[in-house]
Amino acid sequence: MKEFLHMGGYAMYVWPSYGLALGILLWNIILPMRRKKQQIASIKRRLSRAKNEK
Amino acid sequence: MTNSSLSKAFIAIIKRDLTLALRTRSEIANPLIFFVIIVSLFPLAVSPEPELLKTMAPGVIWVAALLSTMLSLDSIFRSDFEDGSLEQMLLSPHPMPILVLGKIIAHWLVSGLPLIFLAPLLGVLLFLPYDAMPALLATLALGTPVLSLVGAIGVALTVGLRRGGVLLSLLVLPLYIPVLIFASNAIATAAADMSIKGQLYFLAAMFALALTLAPLATAAALRISLR
Amino acid sequence: MWSFFHRLASPKHFYLFANRIIPWLGWSTLITFIIGTYLGLFVAPTDYQQGESYRIIYIHVPAAWMSMFVYMIMAIAGGIGLIWKMKMADIIASSAAPLGAAFTILALITGSLWGKPMWGTWWIWDARLTSELILLFLYLGFIALQSAIEDRRTAANACAILALVGVVNIPIIHYSVEWWNTLHQGPTVTRFGKSAMATSMLIPLLTMFLAFKLYFGTTLLMRARVEILERERDTTWMKKMIMGSDK
Repeated sequence: MKEFLHMGGYAMYVWPSYGLALGILLWNIILPMRRKKQQIASIKRRLSRAKNEK
Repeated sequence: MTNSSLSKAFIAIIKRDLTLALRTRSEIANPLIFFVIIVSLFPLAVSPEPELLKTMAPGVIWVAALLSTMLSLDSIFRSDFEDGSLEQMLLSPHPMPILVLGKIIAHWLVSGLPLIFLAPLLGVLLFLPYDAMPALLATLALGTPVLSLVGAIGVALTVGLRRGGVLLSLLVLPLYIPVLIFASNAIATAAADMSIKGQLYFLAAMFALALTLAPLATAAALRISLR
Repeated sequence: MWSFFHRLASPKHFYLFANRIIPWLGWSTLITFIIGTYLGLFVAPTDYQQGESYRIIYIHVPAAWMSMFVYMIMAIAGGIGLIWKMKMADIIASSAAPLGAAFTILALITGSLWGKPMWGTWWIWDARLTSELILLFLYLGFIALQSAIEDRRTAANACAILALVGVVNIPIIHYSVEWWNTLHQGPTVTRFGKSAMATSMLIPLLTMFLAFKLYFGTTLLMRARVEILERERDTTWMKKMIMGSDK
């Protein structure tokens, strides 16, 4: 296992690039999810406020 | 609408823009002074040593030409946008790309042409070999119109914005790169007194492409920004 | 069949369609990614020349390809939005831009991480890396123009024109950079064309290509969905839907 991690001496290059790829790809999935929740929450708030005024 | 009135309108636009530009002398002079200052910064920053400056001269002159055209681009549509004459032009029966081409030609006469006259002086400043001077003039003659044409698209896109300046350079500079590559390389090859026909053909091809497509894109961009 | 495609033009149908398809796309992306990375890291043999460092190719090449692919999508979507005035096309184009920029940045950084062991420096003015860098400037220009214009309609159309102008310039920039590179660079740089790879190395690469495409589909739909939420917030169907269920 250790030998695998060593990546034939290139561990310092292979793992950061895979790690960075994972980071960027995940970030682009989490961001829309979070914004979607915020959007739905804000629409809900506005709707409920509109209902109370009626 | 007889065709003659179109060519009359075309000439009228060029004349109008030239007179407007010549009225505000400083607006013409500033980009040129900027051009000279930028080029004279390099010997101070890098080293006055002729050997080094000679190799850098083509690139430095061309980057300076790029930046100074960028500076003067804003004046193409800015004043017309503010006093509403741009909208009048959009409403005119004449095809907008032709009118826009007139304005771009006027801008080139005011900003590109003086660059060509000034460049040999700066070539001397940077110890550019004399047999590279014709190449410098040829590339500038072919390249600066492309800078104005492509720059006009960027200006048309950002004309409605208050602080469009920096955004303009971000939009337009990547599109200038092919011209920069071929022009500065042409001068460098000419300095090593080899033939530069290939590079000049490429520059001419880009000029033809920009001349035909850029006014269309600029007219469309103006129509959108003024909506 | 065509009516299904046309219905996609309306934000309501697109939103419902996106809700249905995103879970499927998401899971298939995850699975393909796992297979691809497993094949790439464990199964593919070590390269006789570059040893293990070549495994970065499984991230770098698909990301570079996607950065070009996404710009094409942006230009096409922008063109459709411009010609047929389709709001959805503008939404697709504006959601695709940040993704394209992310792929370009990923391609650039993995390219330089790969260049270090192979060429000994973090950055090298190789033709492909340089055109990738210029492509990043085009993306940044697109995103900057989009955020600079307040009115959404004008912003979308202006960006569509910029994308179309960009698409015309990409081949010109690419070939002038290639031409410039061959002048200043002797043929010492090992040209490892994709086709020259052994099949056992090629299969993980193709899987990663598929994974990146599926990934792009998922995130594009997710971003478009959020954009629809923002734009259609006061429409009746949106209110009914939000009050109706928490989807």
